[in-house]
Amino acid sequence: MMQIKQGNTTIIKPSVNKGFLYELKNNWQLFVMLIPGVIILIINNYIPMFGIVIAFKRYRFHGSFINSIIQSEWNGFKNFEFFFKTPYAFQITRNTILYNLAFILLGLVIPVAFAIMLNEITNKRTSKVYQSVMFLPYFLSWIIVSYLAYSFFSIENGFLNRTILASLGMEPVKWYFEPKYWPFIIMFFQLWKYTGYNTVVYLASISGIDNEYYEAAEIDGASKWHQIWYITIPLLRSLMIIMTLLAVGRIFNADFGLFYHVPRNSGQLYPVTDVIDTYVYRALRNTNNISMAAAAGTYQAVVGCITVFTANFIVRKIDRDKALF
Amino acid sequence: MGSMVEGKKRSILKVFKRKSIGNRISPVNNILINLFFIMCSIVCIAPILLIIAISFTDEKVLLVKGYNFFPEKYSVKAYDYVITAGDTIWRAYGVSILVTLLGTVLSLMVICLYAYPLSRQSFKYRNFFSFFAYFTMIFGGGLVPWYMVYTQLIPIKNTIWVMIVPYLMNAWYMMIMRTFFKTTIHESIIESAKIDGAGEFRIFFVIVLPLCRAGLATIGLFCTLGYWNDWWLPLMFITEHRLYNIQYLMYQTLNSIQYLVSGSAQFAESAKILAELPSESARMAIAVLSIGPIIFAYPFFQKYFVKGLTIGAVKG
Repeated sequence: MMQIKQGNTTIIKPSVNKGFLYELKNNWQLFVMLIPGVIILIINNYIPMFGIVIAFKRYRFHGSFINSIIQSEWNGFKNFEFFFKTPYAFQITRNTILYNLAFILLGLVIPVAFAIMLNEITNKRTSKVYQSVMFLPYFLSWIIVSYLAYSFFSIENGFLNRTILASLGMEPVKWYFEPKYWPFIIMFFQLWKYTGYNTVVYLASISGIDNEYYEAAEIDGASKWHQIWYITIPLLRSLMIIMTLLAVGRIFNADFGLFYHVPRNSGQLYPVTDVIDTYVYRALRNTNNISMAAAAGTYQAVVGCITVFTANFIVRKIDRDKALF
Repeated sequence: MGSMVEGKKRSILKVFKRKSIGNRISPVNNILINLFFIMCSIVCIAPILLIIAISFTDEKVLLVKGYNFFPEKYSVKAYDYVITAGDTIWRAYGVSILVTLLGTVLSLMVICLYAYPLSRQSFKYRNFFSFFAYFTMIFGGGLVPWYMVYTQLIPIKNTIWVMIVPYLMNAWYMMIMRTFFKTTIHESIIESAKIDGAGEFRIFFVIVLPLCRAGLATIGLFCTLGYWNDWWLPLMFITEHRLYNIQYLMYQTLNSIQYLVSGSAQFAESAKILAELPSESARMAIAVLSIGPIIFAYPFFQKYFVKGLTIGAVKG
């Protein structure tokens, strides 16, 4: 440890020349503190990373995990070949990407518009009430959301079939068997759950904007629209870009709960609700096709990693501090 | 004279209110925006009100009229049934509470102990260990190897631990906590404590943690919510009936009818649950009971979530 006197303040600089062992001896307590986290990360994250070899093997159970990996014979890219030959490969990739694109677009435009409007409401207390109410869905699990959806869409007893459609004199709809409605239902519940949360994020940023900008603009005769367009949005732009790019980085990952629980894993809906995550889960647990599941999972992990790196690279170019790494 | 006083008043007003009177939206627009948000609020809250209404609906009315916001006949039978006869439910509730408490305490410990050394400017390897945690956010091995680790490598499948261990460490929360330590604790406090002869652990537990109570509350609430709302780990690793948590029990009961109809592999299991939970309204009553604690803790959640979000945005 070196201490450099500079006027009245002491700057503490980490020792540069001393080696790891010296550091370990001197700061052993700090290293001890890291141990639990390191162990969990190794078990939960790093060992599975090496487990990617499963995707290149014909995985068979041979007692323990490590033994199974070693004993299973190599299969090259056969698992991937097999996976990409199924019609599902295209279907789940398309669904995952299209839904995510829609979520990214709607998840940007709607919360920003909501935040700007909430900020303009004259009575701050009512604005707080709206925020609280709209934030609530964020705290509910997807299981609860699937219950909520079920209470509306249930074919026998649902509110839509029994009350709304009945009072309009329309035939009941078999919601859980009709794929054409589901892109909208999925998007609705995604927005329902996350709009409040995102609105609060943008609103926190808006309330951080110095009021003097608006006062100056008002003196210059700028209308409300002009103020929003030329002050609020430009000042939100960096946050908007960061949030969007982080979402773009995760474009290959879908929210399993939304796509599995809300449509209640209904087979007829797979063409529009099956995404990579649900496919991998079913291949692993229901059809027990471990090699296929591993291939699809690895495909997701690798492509996902590339998109994260690309998105992060762009974030870095825009605003170095906001980059993930 | 009068106008000067008026002007002074207005400038004082400006300090207290964020917007001057002239820069407000017109009353008509204000009403329109308010109406719009009232509608949005209704959309957000209506589904929750519907399941509450269903849980209080008389079972016979339910079968005749279907689910409705305003049932013809109210009944508390569902709750009566769930509270007195629902042994399964109380068990699941107990599992949820145990996992949430244990999980929150343990994961707070793991996260804080990991974040603290990384917040120390004098710790030489902080960048390496930061990256060690970050990297898990970028790349993962996928579901299959992860599943194998918890079923084959460390066989904690069908124990309470499998619902806790995978969430103990979270790189994102760790980053927030690290920023919190960095901004709250000045290195000079630690130095002076060291001069007084305190060890690192003593400094951490006696000085650092009490100063960072707000940060602990934020991350603690994140963890609590995560554990309480978790259905993913039971879905992956729990097959034993007695270890179902409340979320997973709800999942199973919502699906039980479907399973019975389709005659899937889990037929026997579902039949058992279905025999215990026959009524539609009882299912909804369980859902309401599982939301209960969240609504109860909601004011805290809201306060600290926004705080956590703003801290998380300022990366140290």
